[in-house]
Amino acid sequence: MESTIEVQLDTMIPGERGTVSRINTVGSALKQRLLEMGLIRGTLVELVRVAPMGDPIEVRVRGYRLSMRRLEAESVIILKATH
Amino acid sequence: MGSVQTAVHSKNIALIGNPNCGKTTLFNELTGLRQKVGNYPGVTVEKKEGRVIFENGVSASILDLPGTYSLTANSPDEKVATDVLLGRVVHTPAPDLVVCVVDATNLERNLYLVSQIIDRHLPVIVALTMIDLAEELGIEIDVKRLERELGVRVVSIIANKGIGISELKDAMLRTTNATSKPRQWQLPDAVHKETEELVSILRNRHQLADQQAFHDAILLLTSQSDLLDHMDRFDPEVREHVKRDHQKLDFLGFDRQSVFVESRYEWIKLICAASTKQTARSKMGTSDKIDRFVTHRIWGFFIFLGLMTVVFQTIFTWANAPMELIGNGFDWVGQQVTALIPPGDLQDLTVNGAIAGVAAVVTFLPQILFLFLFLGLLEDTGYMSRAAFIMDRLMSKVGLHGKSFIPMLSSFACAIPGIMATRTIENPKDRLVTMLVSPLISCSARLPVYTLLIAAFIPNTNVLGIFSLAGITMVSMYLLGLVAALAMAWLFKKTLLRSAPPIFIMELPPYRLPSLRSVLLQMWERSWLFLKRAGTFILGVSIILWFLASYPRLDNVSAAEQLKHSLAGQAGHLIEPLIKPLGFDWRIGIGLVGSILQREVFVSTMGTIYNIQNADENEGSVSLRQQMQQDRDPATGAPTFTVLTAICLMVYYVLAMQCMSTVAVMRRETNGWKWPLFQIGYMTTLAYSVTFVVYRIGLYIGLGG
Repeated sequence: MESTIEVQLDTMIPGERGTVSRINTVGSALKQRLLEMGLIRGTLVELVRVAPMGDPIEVRVRGYRLSMRRLEAESVIILKATH
Repeated sequence: MGSVQTAVHSKNIALIGNPNCGKTTLFNELTGLRQKVGNYPGVTVEKKEGRVIFENGVSASILDLPGTYSLTANSPDEKVATDVLLGRVVHTPAPDLVVCVVDATNLERNLYLVSQIIDRHLPVIVALTMIDLAEELGIEIDVKRLERELGVRVVSIIANKGIGISELKDAMLRTTNATSKPRQWQLPDAVHKETEELVSILRNRHQLADQQAFHDAILLLTSQSDLLDHMDRFDPEVREHVKRDHQKLDFLGFDRQSVFVESRYEWIKLICAASTKQTARSKMGTSDKIDRFVTHRIWGFFIFLGLMTVVFQTIFTWANAPMELIGNGFDWVGQQVTALIPPGDLQDLTVNGAIAGVAAVVTFLPQILFLFLFLGLLEDTGYMSRAAFIMDRLMSKVGLHGKSFIPMLSSFACAIPGIMATRTIENPKDRLVTMLVSPLISCSARLPVYTLLIAAFIPNTNVLGIFSLAGITMVSMYLLGLVAALAMAWLFKKTLLRSAPPIFIMELPPYRLPSLRSVLLQMWERSWLFLKRAGTFILGVSIILWFLASYPRLDNVSAAEQLKHSLAGQAGHLIEPLIKPLGFDWRIGIGLVGSILQREVFVSTMGTIYNIQNADENEGSVSLRQQMQQDRDPATGAPTFTVLTAICLMVYYVLAMQCMSTVAVMRRETNGWKWPLFQIGYMTTLAYSVTFVVYRIGLYIGLGG
C-alpha cells in the first residue's frame, strides 16, 4: 500500500497532485471561499504552474483552473502519495 | 392562455450565475438592445436591466446580476446579487423568477450556487450553457435526468448561436412556482439534529420563514464562537443556545465551517454521477496549450508587454485621427457661431466657454471607445485574468491586486479610462486606492507642458554619449509619476484604506472567442455614461473658467492685458505669496489657475500672457519659448524662468490634479464628492510639498541662477 504525507499546497511543484485534507484556518472568509470553490476534503488537486515571478500559483480542481497566492495556498493541506 | 398572461405581465426575472458562465451573452441574446445600465444605490456595482419580449407579445423586466460563486457574499458584487435575490435592495423588486446560468463544462461548482438558490425556495430555471464546449471535452449531460435530480426545469442553450433561446423563453413563461421537492442534500446526523433544532427556535423566536431560518441557522452554526456576541440581531438566548451547539459539534470532531459545504458537494457529486458521462478521456485542452506560452516564465512577460504595447500604441494612433477630426469639427462650429452671433459677450461665452467646454470632453471619446474595446476583448477572451496572474506579484508589493495593473497602465494614456477600467477590481478598497493614485501617472495631456518647458529650458546636452539631457528629464517626469503612484498606493493601503489582505483566489477561465456584440455593446454603454455624467459637469466648469478669465471687461486693451486684469489674473496675483516658496511668480499663477480644467491649457495661457498668437499646444512655438527665456522681473531684472523654475513647474504638473474631467469621473465612479475632494486635497498637498523640496534643493546646489 502506498503511504501518504500531509503537505501545504504552496510547497508542491508543478505537475504534483494530491487530495485536499483540510483547510487550516479557522472561520475566515478565505476558508469559506476555498471550500465553496470546491476545495473540500477528498478533492483532487494538481499544481499546474507558478506565475513568472514565483507567486501566485495555478491549480487544477474539479476540471477548472484556479489561481491563488502562496500565502493563501499555505492554509490548504494536501494529502500526497510518497514514492 | 389568458391566465398565463396576467400571471406573467409585470414579471421580474433575475439572471444569476458564476462569473464567466456566459450569463451576459445570454442576457444580450434575450434582451437585444432593450437594456440600460445604472448603479445600485450606495455601491459602485453596475446594474444592468433589460426587457425580454415573449412570443405571445408579453414582456418582462430582466436583471443581469453580477457574477457570483455563492450566496455567502464575499465581495460587493456577490452581496448585491444575494440582496437582489432576497428583495433587500430599494427600488429593485424581489424577482418572481430566477434564471440560473450554469456552465456545462464546470457543472459541479456551478451547481453549488443552484443548490443555494433552490434552498431559498425561489422559482428557478437552470439555463445550461456551453454544452457544445462540454461535448468537445467529452462530457455528455443527460438533461432530462439532471432536471429530475434537481427538481427544477433545465434548458440547454448555446447562447451565442441562439440555440435553445425560444425553449428557454417558453420555460420562463410557464415557471411560476418554486420546486415542491423537499431539500435533498443531507447533513451528518448530529449536525442535522442541531440544525433542525436551531431552525425551529429561530422560527419561533424571530418569526422567520423556513428558508430564512435555515439560512440563519447555517450562518450561526458556521460562525466563530467569539463572533456570536456581535450578532445582535439574534436575541441573547438564541446565541447562548448556539454556543452550546458549537461546543457539542466541536467535541464530536466536526469542522463546522466545512461540513455544510461538504454536504452540499456530496449531493452534487451524486447528481453529476447520475446525469453526466465522461465519454472520451479528457485530453489537454486548448487553453492549457495556450497558457504554456502566455503564462510562461519568460514568454509570458514578452507576450504581456507586447500585447500592452500594441493596445496602447493602437489607442494612440487610431484615436489620433478622430480626435483631430472632433477638434476641427468644434473649431468649425466655433467659426460658424462666431459668424452668426455679433461680437460681444454672448459670442465669446458661446465659443470660448460652452463650445470649448463640450469639445474638451468629446475629444476624449475616441480614446475611451478604443480603450473599452480592448478591455472588453481582453476580458472576454480570458486574457485579463492571465494579466492579473502575471502582474500580481509586483502589485502585491504595494498591497494591491494584480487586477490594478491594467488601470494604472491605461492612465499613461489618460486617467479617465484608467479610473473607469478599475471596474474589474472586485475588492472595493483596492479599487478605490487604484482610482486615487491613477491620476499621478503622467497622462498624454501633460506632454505639451513637459515639451514646452524642456524645449525652452533644459539644455540639449549629451549625457554619457548616448542620452540627451532633455530625454532624461522627460523620462524622469514619467518615472516620478509612477513612483509617486505606487508609493501613495502603498501608503493608502497601510493607513486610510487598510484592510485585511484581500482574497486573491481567482478563476482562470478557459480562453474563448469573444462575442463582438457584447464587447461593442459594453463599449458603447460605458462611453455614453462618460459623456453624460462628465459632460454636464465639465460644461459648467468651463463656463465658470471662461467668466473668470474674461471679467471684468476692459476696453481697447490687448488680450494679455485683459487676462492680467481679469478675475483669473487677479487670482494669479492673489496666490503669488502662496506659490512664491515654489519659485513661481504671478504669471505662472495665472497659468496654474487657467489650467485647472485641463493641463494643456497652460501652454495657451502662457501664449496669451506673452502675447503670442497661436501658441502651438504640441510644441510650444519657438517664439513663446524665446519670450519665456528672455522674460525678466521688471523690478529686480532677475529672469522669471530659470532651469529650476521649469523643473519645479514640471514636478508640480506631474503631481497636481489639474484635470476637471478626472474629478468628474471620480465623482461618478465613487457616487459622491467625498473621494474626488480628498483626491484633489492630497494631490495638491503632495505636489506643493515635493515641488517645495525640489526648489530648496535646487537653490542649494546652485540651479537657481
